[in-house]
Parts: sequence; structure tokens; C-alpha cells
Amino acid sequence: MYAQMVKSEASNDDPGMLAAFQARIDRGDKIEPKEWMPEGYRKTLIRQISQHAHSEIVGQLPEGNWITRAPTLQRKAILLAKVQDEAGHGLYLYSAAETLGISRDEMFEQLHSGRAKYSSIFNYPTLTWADMGAVGWLVDGAAIMNQVPLQRTSYGPYSRAMIRICKEESFHQRQGYHIMMKMARGTEAQREMAQDALDRFWYPALMMFGPSDKDSVHSQQSMAWKIKINTNDELRQRFVNETVPQAEFLGLTVPDPELRWNPDKEGYDFSQPDWDEFFEVLKGNGPCNRERLGARVRAWEDGAWFREGLTAYADKAAQRRAGAATAAE
Amino acid sequence: MAREWPLWEIFIRSQNGLNHRHVGSLHAPDAETAIHNARDVYTRRKEGVSIWVVRSADITASRPSEKGPLFDPAEDKVYRHPTFYDIPDDVGHM
Repeated sequence: MYAQMVKSEASNDDPGMLAAFQARIDRGDKIEPKEWMPEGYRKTLIRQISQHAHSEIVGQLPEGNWITRAPTLQRKAILLAKVQDEAGHGLYLYSAAETLGISRDEMFEQLHSGRAKYSSIFNYPTLTWADMGAVGWLVDGAAIMNQVPLQRTSYGPYSRAMIRICKEESFHQRQGYHIMMKMARGTEAQREMAQDALDRFWYPALMMFGPSDKDSVHSQQSMAWKIKINTNDELRQRFVNETVPQAEFLGLTVPDPELRWNPDKEGYDFSQPDWDEFFEVLKGNGPCNRERLGARVRAWEDGAWFREGLTAYADKAAQRRAGAATAAE
Repeated sequence: MAREWPLWEIFIRSQNGLNHRHVGSLHAPDAETAIHNARDVYTRRKEGVSIWVVRSADITASRPSEKGPLFDPAEDKVYRHPTFYDIPDDVGHM
């Protein structure tokens, strides 16, 4: 998902305190920033929320590529609004992570140095306008699948950020599907572009949920803490079940010869993505890893003079106010 | 490394007649910029008609560990609620 393979941290806290904390989670209490929490809960959440935030920020880049190339002025305005939402989502999440005691600059440093991860999906290129459709439909669709249950997560600020994000995210998926509808019903060349986009984004979208975590200790701990609500396999299945009929409606073919409805499980059987490729992308060897991180770091460095200028202006204005106050006495 | 901008807590009045309500926080060099940024971060869909910004460092909060001493005294004062009093139906609406 936007946060993939988050390792949970062990806690060396007092067993009595841990049990009391778990009891609070079990009865549905929300945990708020200054309250006692196990060190492992805090660290795991920082990792998960910041990874999610980084994904929103880096996730602007594949779409930013198409803002100046959008086919109409309206599509351009829509894409701008979507990318701006993603910046906003990143900011909500960074703020939520900061309530756990990490600074914004520390998180940026972790992203820029490559120590922090972001979702594997954003390391794939967006080659045609149809990719904007596929990204909105599939990538935002997969994100929603994960984010809707996370609105019920146990950590108050995270839950509130997710509620806000989910409210805005549904526009993202629908605008993507709208592009796909237009392309799929357009000229033959446009239909082919739409099919090609689905072909390239289908398996990377399935990878977003992360590898099967049936036996993962980390997942079990995170689920007990209610910072992960469903298993990766559950969410992936749900995503396939919802998306296949949408592809059929478009008259496009999901690129999986094994795909078929299984009445026994009331869901589709489908092929797994290439997990070796997934791990390579996570390690930094995807098609666009270097480009994405490079663009992000360059934006941060190129903006330094502006941030410093605003700080200098704020300092000067504060001095002027202090001076005026003294003179008035 | 440059100094990090201070954190501001953002309060938004969604429409006249309602209180300003805490919606989240953001970083900005000063109050004016904080208001501009809050406009972009928290009111992209007309969520507000007025914005307050307060430096997070200026907020004094009660400690979660004091929750008991602070709020428990209200627990045994049920007579503060109208439902504590049984008034016969014959009296009519009260």
C-alpha cells in the first residue's frame, strides 16, 4: 500500500502497562498524542505514517509530468487540483507523525537520503495520457481500499488525517476512471492506449498491497494495535473483485490469463505479481527510483533560498514589531 | 541545516454561527503565511469562512495523567442533569 512492509518494533515496556494499553485498544479507545504508549507502537506508527506521507509527496511526480501536457484546459485544471490534494495529504500525514515526536526536517532527511521508503508504485513511468486515467482508477483505487479501514485506526491524529484524505480521494479515482472511459470509447488508437496503460499498471497496482502477510509477525502486532486493519491478501482480493467488473465495463482486458470468477469464495482467482520485481523496486532498482528521488531532492534544494527568505522576513517583521512596542512605552 | 519553521495549530469556522474548530497543524515562518498556507491545506473545498492560527508552542495543555483529578469530580454530580429529577407527567412539558 502507500505504506508497504512496515516493520513493527518490539517494546521493552512494563508488561502491566502494555496489557492496560492493549485493553484500551481492544475496547476501541483512541490514543491521543501526549498519552502513554509503548515505544514500539510509537516507532512503528512514525515509520508507517511518514512512509505514507512520503508516498503522497513523491506520488505527485508521475502526474506532475502530465500537467503541461493535459489534452484540454479542464483536464489540466482537474489534474492540478488532484496533485495539490496529494501535497495536502502529505502535509496532513506529516503533521500526524510529528505528534509522535519526530520533526518534519528529520522526516525529509530520511526521505532524501533514501533511508525512508515510499510506495513502490511511484517508481513506474507515466508514458501516455491514458496513464493518468490508469493511475487515478487503479492506484488511487488501491489506496482507497487501504485507507477506508484505516479511518478506524487506534491513533487519533492518524485516524483524523485518514478521514480527511478519504473524503477527498474519491474524486481522484473517479476522475481517473472518467479519463479511461473517454479513452476506451475514443478512436482505436485511444482505446489501445487505454489497454496499454491497464497492461502496465495492473500488476504494479496489485503490488501496492505488499506481499502476503499471512505469517508475518509484524502484521500480527500491527493488527493487534489497530494500526493495520486488514491483511494484505484481504485487501488485494477486495481490490480485484471491485476492479475487474470496472475493466469489463470499459471493454478492456485485465492482463491475467488465470483470472476467473470463483463462486466458492465469491471472488476472483488471479495471478500474483512478480514479487522479485517488487523487491527490486523497493531496493531502489525500479524504472524511475533515481529520477523520482532526484526530482524531489532538487525541488527541496532549489526552494531553499525561498524558505530562508521567508524566515528572514518573519524575523525582521518580528523585530520591527518589538521595536515599535518599545517605542510606544 | 536551516532553522525549521514553527508549527501552527489551525482552527476553522466552517460557517457563521459555528465555533472555530481545530482541524490540524502546519509549518509556516509567521502568522500571515500560516493563514495563507492554512487556506491551501485545509480549505480547498470551501470548508471555511474564517481561520485562526496559533503557534503550537503557545498552547498550554492539561496533562493526560491528570485526567482523573481534573474530570472525576464531575462524575458523582448527576443532579446537574435534568433527567435526575422525576417530574410527574401531569405537570406537562418542562
